[in-house]
Amino acid sequence: MTQLLEVRDLRVQFSTAQGTATAINGVNLSLEHGQSLGILGESGSGKSVTARTIMGLLDMPPAKINGGEILLEGEDLLTATAKRRRQLTGPVMSMVFQDALSALNPVHPVGRQIGELYRVHRGYSRKAAKAAAIEMMDRVRIPAAASRVNDYPHQFSGGMRQRIVIAMALALDPQLLIADEPTTALDVTVQAQILELLKEQQAENNMGLILITHDISVVREVTDQVAVMYAGRIVEQGPTAHVLGDPRHPYTLGLSQSVANEDLKGRRLPAIEGSPPDLLALPRGCSFANRCPLADEQCSSSAPPLESVGAGRTSACFHSGKVASNVAYSN
Amino acid sequence: MLGYTLRRILQMIPVLLGATFIIYALTFLMPGDPIAALTGERPLPEATVAQIRQAYHLDDPFFVQYGNYILGVFRGDFGIDFFGRPVLDLILERLPVTFALAVTAWGLKLVIGLVIGVYGGLRAGKAADHFALVFTVLFMGIPGFVIALGGQTYFGVHLGWVDPAGIRAGWPMAFILPALVMALEAAAGLARLTRTSLVDVLRAEYLRTAKAKGLSPQRIIWGHALRNAMIPVVTYLGLSLAGMLGGAVIIEAIFNLPGIGGLMVASINNKEGTVVVGIATLLVLVYLVFNLLVDLTYGLIDPRVRI
Amino acid sequence: MSTTITTISTSDGADAVDRAPSPMRGAHRRWWLRPRFAISGTIVLLMILMAAFPQIFTGFGPGPTENCDILLTNQPPSAAHIFGIDIQGCDYYTNIIYGARASILVGIVVSAIAFGIAAVVGAIAGYFGGWIDALISRICDMAFGLPFILAAIVVLQLFGQRNIWTVIFALALFSWPGGVRFMRSSVLEVRNREYVQAAKLLGASNGRIIKKHIVPNAITPLLVLQTLGVGGMISAEAGLTFIGIGLTPPAVSWGLQLAAARDYIDAAPHLLIFPAIFLTVTVLGFVLFGEALRDEFDPKGK
Repeated sequence: MTQLLEVRDLRVQFSTAQGTATAINGVNLSLEHGQSLGILGESGSGKSVTARTIMGLLDMPPAKINGGEILLEGEDLLTATAKRRRQLTGPVMSMVFQDALSALNPVHPVGRQIGELYRVHRGYSRKAAKAAAIEMMDRVRIPAAASRVNDYPHQFSGGMRQRIVIAMALALDPQLLIADEPTTALDVTVQAQILELLKEQQAENNMGLILITHDISVVREVTDQVAVMYAGRIVEQGPTAHVLGDPRHPYTLGLSQSVANEDLKGRRLPAIEGSPPDLLALPRGCSFANRCPLADEQCSSSAPPLESVGAGRTSACFHSGKVASNVAYSN
Repeated sequence: MLGYTLRRILQMIPVLLGATFIIYALTFLMPGDPIAALTGERPLPEATVAQIRQAYHLDDPFFVQYGNYILGVFRGDFGIDFFGRPVLDLILERLPVTFALAVTAWGLKLVIGLVIGVYGGLRAGKAADHFALVFTVLFMGIPGFVIALGGQTYFGVHLGWVDPAGIRAGWPMAFILPALVMALEAAAGLARLTRTSLVDVLRAEYLRTAKAKGLSPQRIIWGHALRNAMIPVVTYLGLSLAGMLGGAVIIEAIFNLPGIGGLMVASINNKEGTVVVGIATLLVLVYLVFNLLVDLTYGLIDPRVRI
Repeated sequence: MSTTITTISTSDGADAVDRAPSPMRGAHRRWWLRPRFAISGTIVLLMILMAAFPQIFTGFGPGPTENCDILLTNQPPSAAHIFGIDIQGCDYYTNIIYGARASILVGIVVSAIAFGIAAVVGAIAGYFGGWIDALISRICDMAFGLPFILAAIVVLQLFGQRNIWTVIFALALFSWPGGVRFMRSSVLEVRNREYVQAAKLLGASNGRIIKKHIVPNAITPLLVLQTLGVGGMISAEAGLTFIGIGLTPPAVSWGLQLAAARDYIDAAPHLLIFPAIFLTVTVLGFVLFGEALRDEFDPKGK
């Protein structure tokens, strides 16, 4: 059976006033039907750009796709016509955005915004689209959907708005759902509800889910697989529990430590020292070398490739063996 | 909605009173004796002058005069001029010309400004956009009456397409050139506002959502971008129609159109204070009414604004 | 719960997607070297120089009303009189050069007065709020209700003879409400910033806070706005003069020259063309200069 999504050696650059920034530098990903993948990384690591590239939402220019393939059920999205892409966007793959308030058009009622998908992709009548929108709002458990279908986005609470965005994304029963920081803008209690909803909908519809976040606990809670991104590359990848429980890349280790230590109230977070590399001038060697306690000459002269470090796991570190023994204080 | 409207109308009253008071004070503090201006070379007998002064309440204290005047206005009585004609009639006689000029100019401006603004906004940063920018700077920079003079000389005198001045040709031929001049000057501002607003909207997150729904570019622009971009534009458009009535004065003078502007200038020269104040009062009223209408329609296009 | 361990530097690809083309782009090039600044700045400077010292441009020759030969009128341009001769038989070039003073003086002084009033009144309204703000805002509404040109005409008619200062007075009288509103909203924005709150807690007086904190931080946008208004004021003066309500002779101004030339469009088109060009270039120069300034110092105001 073909993979639901396969990304091969994707490269994206942005031209800025200061020069060319490398946002994605050779990313490989794959996802099966019904599988959930977390992409974890700091802002600027390229995780959001990856999502937008898959969805075809990059503004080009300034962005430029320098190479790679994005296969959705075997069909390369990068060479498909604009029309074909539009046919796939919505019915086959769709996206949930971070900030529901700005993701929804303020001047249209939410029912019309959901119903638009049925009208455009399935040719429903105005009335049928509205009925389908109400059904969809019910499905994401918006109370009194029928009476709220004509309300405007600003009339809903933050959590309800995010449910509307999810209803829009799920409206045409897509195979692939990409959620870009879906809970970052929400209160902690609402966060849990939204994650629950996403998980449940994914399982019910046997949907592939890519969850993009900077929040380890979200990844841990929702996803089977995780890919950790740093400076436009995937540095570690594998089953979520294994990767987070037993990191084989010093960066993943740093991330998991900062979370572990936050549980110990009153102690300072052991932030990873230093800052990410300048995307305008990526180093020749490992991007993480300048912040890495294990870095040596090899790290600064050549970039480590992703190599297998166990069953279904890869890590891009020359010293992945040493990382394991360093886990002592990571709880 | 009704409560809001009533509240707004109540708020209009002090503004109307203040603005008319300013004009009233300025006009009736004008130097020169209106009766002397009226009679010209031959002085009138004392008794007649006194009679006229009484008839026009010229001897009452200033505030009493103003009070009487404004009470009359609320009853639809704008006073009479020195020939005994009701001022309101004089104004209403001239108003259609000014109104036709302002509305024609406004319509032309709407079309020119929106087309250039939308075109520039959709192609922001490209050649078409730069061209639009040059156009707007040029027409913002060249004084309107210089364009008027140029147009009048070229199209009116040189080519003879339209009458250089006067209203003999009627609407639209007598109005097309003056209206176009006013429109070009005003369209620049509208084009800029439209462009800026559209560029902002095109960057909005909800347009990315629309793209993620697999909508066609046409549907994204017509269904999602333009309506949002029009929100600030509508306000501006509403107010500018009222502004065009006032701005018509100089253009009317250049093209010799018998509108309110001409009446105003003539009345000032004849020291016909009641007419000057009447015109100003009417224009202030029009401005305030438009202001109100714009605010009321605002709620229709932007659901976030509750009225 | 955040694993955003370090804040990302600004040169970040993902951010670049969201960032608008930066108005500060190319800030490394000095702003006054940019072509738009250079061209418009040169025009503005030249016109100011012309207004202040017209003699420099006329070769220290006779003034505009000297050496006129009433027998020789409406002559087209020639080697001796490059812009020709006007109705009074005076050299038109000299007249046009001397005409700059009226336009420039009116434009700059009116804008400066509007700026001064707007800065003070707007700051007071924005800073104190309450009934003071309400009162000032209502007065602005009243002044806004009057069409600007109409109000100026009414004021100008109070004077039989109108010189530059009369026109400045009439235009300045109704030129400030826009600036006051603008200043008021900038001040409202600045007023609640932390450093102002801090100054208040430290016991600084209102006057001191306005002078030291509010005004300096809110004034740049207003300055830019008023610079943009200079061109409009020059336009208004010339327009009013042209229809016979602005300056009156013996003043020398482009508006008067245009008005006089109007009766000779066929016989002597040069009388119309030269002042029109000077006026247009001047207004365009000021508008461009204002826009360049705004893009530089107040990118939001676009």
